[in-house]
Amino acid sequence: MALVTAAGITKDYRTEELTVPALRNLNFEIEPASFVSFVGPSGSGKTTLLNLIGCLDKPTAGRLTVAGTDVGTLGRKESAAFRGNHLGFIFQDFNMIPVLTVYENIEYPLIMVQNIPFRERKERISRMLAAVGMDDQGGKYPHQISGGQKQRVAIARALVTNPALVLADEPTANLDSQTSYAVIGLMKKMRDDLGTTFIFSTHDTKIVGEAEVLFRLVDGRLAEKELKEGTAHA
Amino acid sequence: MRNLFKIAIRNLIRYKRRTLLTASLITIGVVFVLVFVSVSGSFKSMITGQITDSMMGHLQIHRKGYVASIDNLPLNLNMKPNAYQTIRQALAADEQVEAFSPRLKFGAMFSNFTETTNIRLNGIDPEAEFRTVPLLPSRILEGKSTVGRGEILIPALLAKGMKVKPGDPVVIVATNADGSVNGMQFTVAGILESATGPGGRDGYVRMEDAAQVLRMTEPEISEVAIRLKDFGRLAAAVQHLKNATAGEVNPQGQPLFEVHSWEDLSPFFNIARMIDIMTFFIRIMLIAIVLISIMNVMVMAVYERIREIGTIAAIGTPPGKIRSMFILEGFCMGVVGAGAGVGIGAVLIALLNLIGIRFDFGQQKGLLLKATLDPPDLLVVSVIVITVAVLASLQPAVKASRMEPIDALRHV
Repeated sequence: MALVTAAGITKDYRTEELTVPALRNLNFEIEPASFVSFVGPSGSGKTTLLNLIGCLDKPTAGRLTVAGTDVGTLGRKESAAFRGNHLGFIFQDFNMIPVLTVYENIEYPLIMVQNIPFRERKERISRMLAAVGMDDQGGKYPHQISGGQKQRVAIARALVTNPALVLADEPTANLDSQTSYAVIGLMKKMRDDLGTTFIFSTHDTKIVGEAEVLFRLVDGRLAEKELKEGTAHA
Repeated sequence: MRNLFKIAIRNLIRYKRRTLLTASLITIGVVFVLVFVSVSGSFKSMITGQITDSMMGHLQIHRKGYVASIDNLPLNLNMKPNAYQTIRQALAADEQVEAFSPRLKFGAMFSNFTETTNIRLNGIDPEAEFRTVPLLPSRILEGKSTVGRGEILIPALLAKGMKVKPGDPVVIVATNADGSVNGMQFTVAGILESATGPGGRDGYVRMEDAAQVLRMTEPEISEVAIRLKDFGRLAAAVQHLKNATAGEVNPQGQPLFEVHSWEDLSPFFNIARMIDIMTFFIRIMLIAIVLISIMNVMVMAVYERIREIGTIAAIGTPPGKIRSMFILEGFCMGVVGAGAGVGIGAVLIALLNLIGIRFDFGQQKGLLLKATLDPPDLLVVSVIVITVAVLASLQPAVKASRMEPIDALRHV
């Protein structure tokens, strides 16, 4: 069964005078444990689509199912709970909580969203810090680490809740190319290790090739779907 | 909750200068309120104590209509001995009453054999009187500390004006209820410090002597001064005594007695009320200070952290927790401001007591004000500050919790 199913997804942004279509009648499926990228130029609708899959916004028309839930029908609180329990987010600007240490940033969703007991929390965070190669940086504050390290922490924070799906909007936009490859590589490794589905958007042609399933968006329409050879989850 | 507190405190520390300024503003407000409440409250209770404990008692019972004519000290509105017995029995049985003192009040002429002036006198039983108004003995500046048969205690101003001192003979001339005049020689037993308020310049003789001057076979009673065990229960005690004496009616069915608290009888009560009103407005000012300063800081905090709010909302933080996070920031600022204010206020009040504030109140000179901080006052001020701090954070906190994560994340 597909993890994400989009059936006739349309998203319009309305102002008083005009309606701007952002996404037009999208239909696609994403299988569990796949490594997917939405690519396209600025304004093509990548971020809008990620926001819809991430329950941060609702489609104007169509049905979007994530992990078996029609996310278009969720209320405010249900959306928050759904995000906390099923989704992980990686942001372009890392979006660390500046008053919390690296360790506490990763711990945050376990306390505030999932109420995980201390012992299990500690165990999960240690595992995540080690997995992203930040096990000696737990006590540092976000301003004390580099951009690449912040994105590693963000990956750890996104994965520590054991989500079915991690959404990353332009995760490498603020990183140099070497670090970008490292971050994408880490995401892929985590997918391999944990079986978590990763969906990321990018317009960076260098890292597009790292995706196993590629959806190309043009003017809010799904122009093309590419599958990398040998991809198991396509 | 511990983690919400941790984040709230760290966010406050993050903007050190702003937090410090806001907390300082609250602290200054709390200090001013506490010092004002302490000094004015101590002044009020000190003067109230002087009035009730040195002359008036906590409350008084008179025959109906007496208080309306109290300036004339009307002898025809005294309680008859059997009526007083009813009151005496009711008071003796009342558990709230610590002591009571019957008084026979009358106006008289005071003569030192060369000059004559007028005087208001109280015929008393010294033991009962001193139990009812325990500060009265401390007002005796010279002479004996009590008054015996044939003796008189006179106010200092009169003694000075008439140039009499303890041991001097004086003559009291009074008109009785029938209109006949009688005179009697007394010896000055002591000089009383004059006090501000009704009865503050009265003289005292023994009840038996007063009755003799007024040619009463049995002393009649003008008023009964009462001291309560618990001054805080004054209103309840007044009501209780009103109820207890309500059954006593004249042949026309009108009540025989009326009960008045010191508040009804002393003009100082109006000053006390003014102090209460000023204290109320000072508290309102404190509320305004806390409300505006915390709200300002919290509005700024929400505005500056919109992207952070978007992030934590996107991660799945329930709106209630986001709201709590900001409310706790306001709460913490309120606690810090109130705590520091209480601490500094206490030190300042201790310093004021160390320096010693002296003031004059009417005829009483050089009264030493002992400013005290009552725990209930501290509690009330602290609770007001913390509650207002929480209320002030409420609107920004609700705004933060209602933010759409997608809009918040887009914020630049």
